[in-house]
Amino acid sequence: MAPQRSSSTTGSVKTGMTMTEKILSKAAEKSQVVPGDNIWVNVDVLMTHDVCGPGAFGIFKREFGEKAKVWDPEKIVVIPDHYIFTTDKRANRNVDIMREHCREQNIKYFYDITDLGDFRANPDYKGVCHVALAQEGHCRPGEVLLGTDSHTCTAGAFGQFATGIGNTDAGFVLGTGKILLKVPPTMRFILDGEMPSYLQAKDLILQIIGEISVAGATYKTMEFSGTTIESLTMEERMTLCNMVVEAGGKNGVIPADATTFNYVENRTSVPFEPVYSDGNASFVADYRFDVSKLEPVVAKPHSPDNRALARECKDVKIDRVYIGSCTGGKTEDFMAAAKLFHAAGKQVKVPTFLVPATQKVWMDVYALPVPGAGGKTCAQIFEEAGCDTPTNPSCGACLGGPADTYARLNEPQVCVSTTNRNFPGRMGHKEGQIYLASPYTAAASALTGHVTDPREFLQ
Amino acid sequence: MASSLPTLPRVLPSSSSKPSSPFVKFISPTLKTTTSTSLIPSSISLSSRRTSSIIPRATASSSSEVSNSLAKTTFHGLCFVLKDNIDTDQIIPADKATIFPSNQQERDEIGSNALSGLPDSHKPRFVEPGEIKSKYSIIIAGENFGCGSSREHAPVCLGAAGVKAVVAQTYARIFFRNSVATGEVFPLESEVRVCDECTTGDTVTIELRDSGGLLSNHTTGKQYKLKAIGDAGPVIDAGGIFAYARKMGMIPSPSVA
Repeated sequence: MAPQRSSSTTGSVKTGMTMTEKILSKAAEKSQVVPGDNIWVNVDVLMTHDVCGPGAFGIFKREFGEKAKVWDPEKIVVIPDHYIFTTDKRANRNVDIMREHCREQNIKYFYDITDLGDFRANPDYKGVCHVALAQEGHCRPGEVLLGTDSHTCTAGAFGQFATGIGNTDAGFVLGTGKILLKVPPTMRFILDGEMPSYLQAKDLILQIIGEISVAGATYKTMEFSGTTIESLTMEERMTLCNMVVEAGGKNGVIPADATTFNYVENRTSVPFEPVYSDGNASFVADYRFDVSKLEPVVAKPHSPDNRALARECKDVKIDRVYIGSCTGGKTEDFMAAAKLFHAAGKQVKVPTFLVPATQKVWMDVYALPVPGAGGKTCAQIFEEAGCDTPTNPSCGACLGGPADTYARLNEPQVCVSTTNRNFPGRMGHKEGQIYLASPYTAAASALTGHVTDPREFLQ
Repeated sequence: MASSLPTLPRVLPSSSSKPSSPFVKFISPTLKTTTSTSLIPSSISLSSRRTSSIIPRATASSSSEVSNSLAKTTFHGLCFVLKDNIDTDQIIPADKATIFPSNQQERDEIGSNALSGLPDSHKPRFVEPGEIKSKYSIIIAGENFGCGSSREHAPVCLGAAGVKAVVAQTYARIFFRNSVATGEVFPLESEVRVCDECTTGDTVTIELRDSGGLLSNHTTGKQYKLKAIGDAGPVIDAGGIFAYARKMGMIPSPSVA
């Protein structure tokens, strides 16, 4: 058999492509791309929020003119979420600025908030952008979604290319609907085996980041597949892809399947076309995990790759627990925490802060019965366990925020959190110590006042 | 109304010296580019939704800051040394992200907070209390510099504080991309672990060449090769993503009068 020649010499041989390569080549109107190619890509959705939106629109006007119009007012989604429930004037100003831009440009999707005293008085307000994007049907297989936030990679759970960009790139996209991208090579992570009842997607991604380090996937795609992945719900898949950026990854992808189609088709009527990696596609790395053998893990201060088994940290005394954010503040995250609290039947030993990601999550926490809890809702179970009342939906204290942000770490305390980063000062105080964990682990830790493996309460 | 919205000043490295020209030569979007490097993509047609084919630049004076070719760029000053995994929250604490550097006052404010997120035990401070700018114009760092957020406040605050270039072992990709897109700091990569061989306060010079660069530490007398800027080179050379896109015919420029 003749030796294989690379496609650049033969010109006509089509090499197998990964999912990401396929999505990008289609978006660049090319029949083929290889990692390393710099291509202009058509953007399907651009998301921005209150912190970066003003900057992005400012740059758009500076470069395209005061009277310029955005490339497509229906493909831009503006979601105030970062610094909302605060008296910080600048933070409030940013939401007002976005309102002006959206009015002027006729932006179709602006999830506005005007009454900061009662989030429920704002029918359009959603909350955390990455969760809102999914809930509002803006995530679709095969598309290109960009956002002015590092955790935009969350949407890769839907089998699309999704990554975070800065204000300047966003300003460019606003005017042209295109972006210059370098095609990333793909690292494949195959997760097989039955998911233990005490394990969650957060444990899986912390396991992986601990394996490859915070720069292990820099400039690369992380593609997740395998029987375990297929068994995950959409929200769990979102948690997995959410922290791809913590490994340095450019984007994360999970092949779309019936679970994806069910979720998406219930939320949007925009047609989409899923793509899948070819059998002969090239991957730069292959990792395999037998999930049935994994144990709950945490990321110790001060790095998301500082992995340790939760049970080996049981002597670590903690001061508080935080359950919230795009990573761990979705409906299923609260359901999981409630399930553990209910199974334990005890009271928390430390202040336990609950920050639903969106209005919808907040409503679910108050309305949906927790399976196996005799009809009780999450809210009821949380109250009985002595947790703080679920607060206004937003990004909250995940990234510290203005001084008056609810649950901000204002003292050098130890916090177990379902959030995504634990670098020094992340939640506020520079000497604060943050242990990243799953909702199960966070709930278990709240009950003992120490970092705790959820198997203490779940079986 | 739109006129009350803040506009952003254009900031590019101060090493440029080209004379100003209010107009950039118009390049038809259908012209195929002729540069030899394979990484320059061919131009493709603009979105059909565009209503006007000529979109004027907002500020004609911004073209006066077109950067030099990389081969002629030199930086000189004191260096500030950091180690690995310096994340964006240490470069600029997240609560400072409400600062919207659209005017000099807010730019000064964000610059004065550059690297204020470093642990209190880290001495000396990058910007002295009460100062707006740093006395260190070059940052030397280890691996994964700028990891974390996609917020451009990170490279912007460094540029506002007076940083001209960063020499890191490796970068987190969004920070690198934002540095290139904003033109606030030159993101350079060293071939060895320079952060272990330099000390904060050393006097250094960086000379850029087409094929890479040279970092000279005058305090220790050592020199280090810097990696070629790679794919980002043409974008930096053009003066940022917008200038590059105009050069490639991706977005039109105003025609010469």
